[in-house]
Amino acid sequence: MKRIRWLLPALYILFVLLPIYWLLNMSFKTTNEILGSFTLWPGHITLENYRTILTDATWYTGYLNSLAYVLMNTVISVSLALPAAYAFSRYRFMGDKHLFFWLLSNRMAPPAVFALPFFQLYSAIGLFDTHIAVALAHCLFNIPLAVWILEGFMSGVPRELDETAFVDGYPFWRFFIRIFIPTIAAGIGVAAFFCFMFSWVELLLAKTLTAVVAKPIAAVMTRTASTSGYELGLLAAAGALTIIPGAFVIYFVRNYIAKGFALGRV
Amino acid sequence: MSGRTPNQKAWWLVLPVVVLVAFNAVIPLMTVVNYSVQETFGDNQFFFEGVTWFEQILHSSRFHDALQRQLLFTAIILAIELPLGVAIALAMPRRGPWASVCLVLMAMPLLIPWNVVGAMWNIFALPDIGLLGHSLNALGFDYNFTRQPLSAWSTLIAMDVWHWTSLVVLLAYAGLSAIPDAFYQAAKIDGASAWAVFCYIQLPKMKRVLMIAVLLRFMDSFMIYTEAIVLTGGGPGNATSLLSIDLVKIALGQFDLGPAAAMSLIYFLIILLLSWVFYAVMTRDDPQ
Repeated sequence: MKRIRWLLPALYILFVLLPIYWLLNMSFKTTNEILGSFTLWPGHITLENYRTILTDATWYTGYLNSLAYVLMNTVISVSLALPAAYAFSRYRFMGDKHLFFWLLSNRMAPPAVFALPFFQLYSAIGLFDTHIAVALAHCLFNIPLAVWILEGFMSGVPRELDETAFVDGYPFWRFFIRIFIPTIAAGIGVAAFFCFMFSWVELLLAKTLTAVVAKPIAAVMTRTASTSGYELGLLAAAGALTIIPGAFVIYFVRNYIAKGFALGRV
Repeated sequence: MSGRTPNQKAWWLVLPVVVLVAFNAVIPLMTVVNYSVQETFGDNQFFFEGVTWFEQILHSSRFHDALQRQLLFTAIILAIELPLGVAIALAMPRRGPWASVCLVLMAMPLLIPWNVVGAMWNIFALPDIGLLGHSLNALGFDYNFTRQPLSAWSTLIAMDVWHWTSLVVLLAYAGLSAIPDAFYQAAKIDGASAWAVFCYIQLPKMKRVLMIAVLLRFMDSFMIYTEAIVLTGGGPGNATSLLSIDLVKIALGQFDLGPAAAMSLIYFLIILLLSWVFYAVMTRDDPQ
């Protein structure tokens, strides 16, 4: 029993890696080789697909645009969610429970429902095709999630910490920034991870709210279908490159995920 | 959320969040409500229609079919992903470098943009040049996800399991690492079987995180759009037209704003209602 325990995770990881391997495999082939024959690895490795993406501005600005609005969104979501989560975890106020459920209910709103109204709303206030528009729109589902996660972590911190600090004469904001935030650093890491993740992977709203200037990489990728047939090699390379920022983020928060989750209720 | 001090000033702390989310949620929602009761013939002319669209949608077999497909899809992926995720989390190394390696590798699918997930599985499953499709056909299965509804469904489910089981694993793993070693030692002294440890220690301790996993997986699987549209485009025919795919077809494809808006609202209400039921059932035993 003990011996074969590692088998299930190992098989699952194999299953996770197979499609990724196939994507990488294709990204190193020319489109002709992909369509010409079925091979488990590239006959002769070509970096042409990657070179095209990294030298053509229409391609690489897509990555920069995506990163720009994802980072903006993560900063906005986490910094606004921090005081709100503190209020929910420490204070009782009028309508708090309803407000909490209302916030969460926005996490349940399907982007498909909001795509058209969002387009009209952000056009009306003149933010269409800007990074901040996508960053703000993604707050719809990221803020509720961040509040939910942070509230869990904060409730795990003993109330005595706050009380002692206030008795010692700390003003609220000084206590909050100097003492409380470092205490729940792990929670902030986890919340930021989830905000980054959900903003990075979302496409429908990002695509609806942008045209040229702030076009995300995911929207740029649809171009390969139209230019000259279906450039599978280029598509695969572009897809493979979208994995990199995510891999970085996971690497940095891996210890937070392992230890940090457990601190709170999440 | 117990033992909190009453403080009405706490509203100031939640105000920024409320303003921003309300801006994003209430205005678009009111726009949808507005469309849902009107008819338009273009030129920005609108005529009040009352509940006509709602009646039409609720009685249309197209909506019923899409809803049934959606419920079936969600039920299948929940039934696969939850037990699988928990089993993987239980079998994973508890600490040490291998735990980190597992977590990092497993979290990969979660951070891949959804259209890339769809494109990736499309390439992976193509019958002629995809690893999965080619292998299945070489093994003698008649597999072609662009032609056969059954193949399309199994590919869609395999993709979702690939994409999201890791989330369940991460959450379950976090719940497991919160259990103090003393619990296991006590169980060992009592000579408890692995099954008893699972039922009486691990499962109760994981209850909260599993609730979150069920809620998140339920909501997200109900909203699945991008991956499915890139992989199968709702086809073959309408075989994999889940709710949001059908919705976007009506709203942007046919530009029937009224019916699309009415359908959006019904769709949103179904998610809200079912999530609330899940939430209520799973927190039923909690004190307060």
